[in-house]
Amino acid sequence: MPHSFPFLSTEQKKELSDIAQKIVAPGKGILAADESTGSVAKRFQSINTENTEENRRLYRQLLFTADSVEPCIGGVIFFHETLYQKTDDGQLFPELIKDRGMVVGIKVDKGVVPLAGTNGETTTQGLDGLYERCAQYKKDGADFAKWRCVLKITDTTPSELAIKENANVLARYASICQMHGIVPIVEPEILPDGDHDLKRTQYVTEKVLAAVYKALSDHHVYLEGTLLKPNMVTAGHSCPQKFSNQEIAMATVTALRRTVPPAVPGITFLSGGQSEEEATINLNAMNQCPLHRPWAITFSYGRALQASALKAWGGKPENGKACQDEFIKRALNNSKACQGKYVSTGEKGAAGGESLFVANHSY
Amino acid sequence: MTHQVPALTTSQKKELQETALRIVTPGKGILAADESVGSMGKRLNQIGVENTEENRRQFRQVLFRADDRINSCIGGVIFFHETLYQQADDGTSFVKMIKDKNIAVGIKVDKGVVPLAGTNGESTTQGLDGLLERCAQYKKDGANFAKWRCVFKIGDTTPSTLSIQENANVLARYSSICQQHGIVPIVEPEILPDGDHDLRRCQYVTEKVLAALYKAMSDHHVYLEGTLLKPNMVTPGHSCSTKYSAEEVAMATVTALRRTVPPAVSGVTFLSGGQSEEEASVHLNAINNCPLVKPWALTFSYGRALQASALKTWRGHKENENVATEQFIKRAEVNSLACQGKYTGGGYSESDQIYVANHAY
Repeated sequence: MPHSFPFLSTEQKKELSDIAQKIVAPGKGILAADESTGSVAKRFQSINTENTEENRRLYRQLLFTADSVEPCIGGVIFFHETLYQKTDDGQLFPELIKDRGMVVGIKVDKGVVPLAGTNGETTTQGLDGLYERCAQYKKDGADFAKWRCVLKITDTTPSELAIKENANVLARYASICQMHGIVPIVEPEILPDGDHDLKRTQYVTEKVLAAVYKALSDHHVYLEGTLLKPNMVTAGHSCPQKFSNQEIAMATVTALRRTVPPAVPGITFLSGGQSEEEATINLNAMNQCPLHRPWAITFSYGRALQASALKAWGGKPENGKACQDEFIKRALNNSKACQGKYVSTGEKGAAGGESLFVANHSY
Repeated sequence: MTHQVPALTTSQKKELQETALRIVTPGKGILAADESVGSMGKRLNQIGVENTEENRRQFRQVLFRADDRINSCIGGVIFFHETLYQQADDGTSFVKMIKDKNIAVGIKVDKGVVPLAGTNGESTTQGLDGLLERCAQYKKDGANFAKWRCVFKIGDTTPSTLSIQENANVLARYSSICQQHGIVPIVEPEILPDGDHDLRRCQYVTEKVLAALYKAMSDHHVYLEGTLLKPNMVTPGHSCSTKYSAEEVAMATVTALRRTVPPAVSGVTFLSGGQSEEEASVHLNAINNCPLVKPWALTFSYGRALQASALKTWRGHKENENVATEQFIKRAEVNSLACQGKYTGGGYSESDQIYVANHAY
């Protein structure tokens, strides 16, 4: 414990730090386009489109070739298959993304598996051979990675084991990635399922994040070369009480301030089950929160960037432009939101939260 | 683990946070005047003064009688138990004198280090017994913050995992108890500068110690906004052959803090350790000029680095009181500038401008 055995040279640290800063540069966030084949199946089903490799390629192509998104998108997270797909003119997707000044990321976990003896809790697998996979992904153009762990709130969960085990596996993954110049995005998602209130989510989020950062310290992870992808602090889906965007922002920023060291360059929120507009408004509220925030606070959205685009596309090539227009619109909105400059056009549910602002509210 | 049993009400939290923030108001820091009887003995010995209760009272009076110039420099004074119940020559209690200047009164509550069996000379700190009741009493007697010091040393085999875990735990227990009585805990995990280790080693150890500390604080449900941290600066060991510039010390210190101290902590009030008065000010100034984002106040909680000249000037003679007090005021004003990064004086290592931007060890 008392001796340092540095495994990253100064240049390696600089590379990691530069990549992370590039992804969360002012006005930028992440397009999470890393839906697994199974997840894509669900999306495509909702628009009556067949889940073929070609359709997946065509859909991702629309997103990746959309105009004017460079100032909004710092990085794109790929699924393995997509990393090796090409545009119609034969250009590899990662090359296209890189040429456009965006950083290429890759989802590297292999899904959740049950933790025996717990109340339906999980950990995430994917460490086997990760070292070699990272070396290959780096050659193939990836400069950052993502790994998702899942925790849920019930009467008995998350348990100490779930918190410790998931924090540990996230730290192992982060440590391995950094050896190959890959910035690890650490995602400890606490699901919004349940009827718990805002305070409860905040409490659990604080405990989970404290454990994550202790594990990252224990595993000697270079924090300046990482990003955090947490849930926003919201009430459970079936909570009868409603909370304003400002309350969500205050609870979220408070939880982060109590747990995330300033060395972490950016926090790229997941959107979870939120609608596109909700996710944007909440992100905006956080960037207007009066508490001091030493990290970038931005987005890493999947559905919240793609829902309308997907619907507009409907699987039909003639809808390509309409699909891209929807995506560009959401990208621009979130770019403003991550600078606290988003003005909502008054979509349902957005208004009416301002009056419940509680200055310096601390749960 | 999943259900919160709130330890503090909203108004209790508000009181703690306000107290903490007041102590580290921009331009202000802490006068650590909490030397135990034994420690005061060492100081008084150096100036040939007998270690009596009266002499200890006389010296603290030299400091506490300083005029209003210190009101904008000192946010808090840490007392030793005995001093909390002493008065000035005119009968005014020391506590009242300090409070009348709008300065917070703090109290050292630990009972010193004790050995950790099976380790290489490592220690933990005692003082938890009856602490809840003592805090209630101290609060009545005028204190609204406290201090507890743990000690680590850097050696080939230290600090050990046990030492880090045990000291982090006891600091968290102390914090938790203090907050129950509206007392802001200053948490002091001092890593001694003894040894020949370099800057990098000190930084590494500091990061590990602080990471363990904040995990323990989380586990014990301590309200971070109502705490202050009193760490060592990151410096090389005393017998290290390599010399480092103030900027290097600053960069290493700020980097270590950025990697471990959550933004919710209201302020970092550095201990001066073995540094001279000028060294401590110059380092503090460099820390505040470090270009990295620093979301907490970074100020001083100095003992010797505020009192050394005053002590030497006083030498136990009443007729030296005024001049001695002036020495203290001078250091207070210098450190007030330093904690805002505005101290331009000081002849400490102007030659080694080895500034390394964004240097990350």
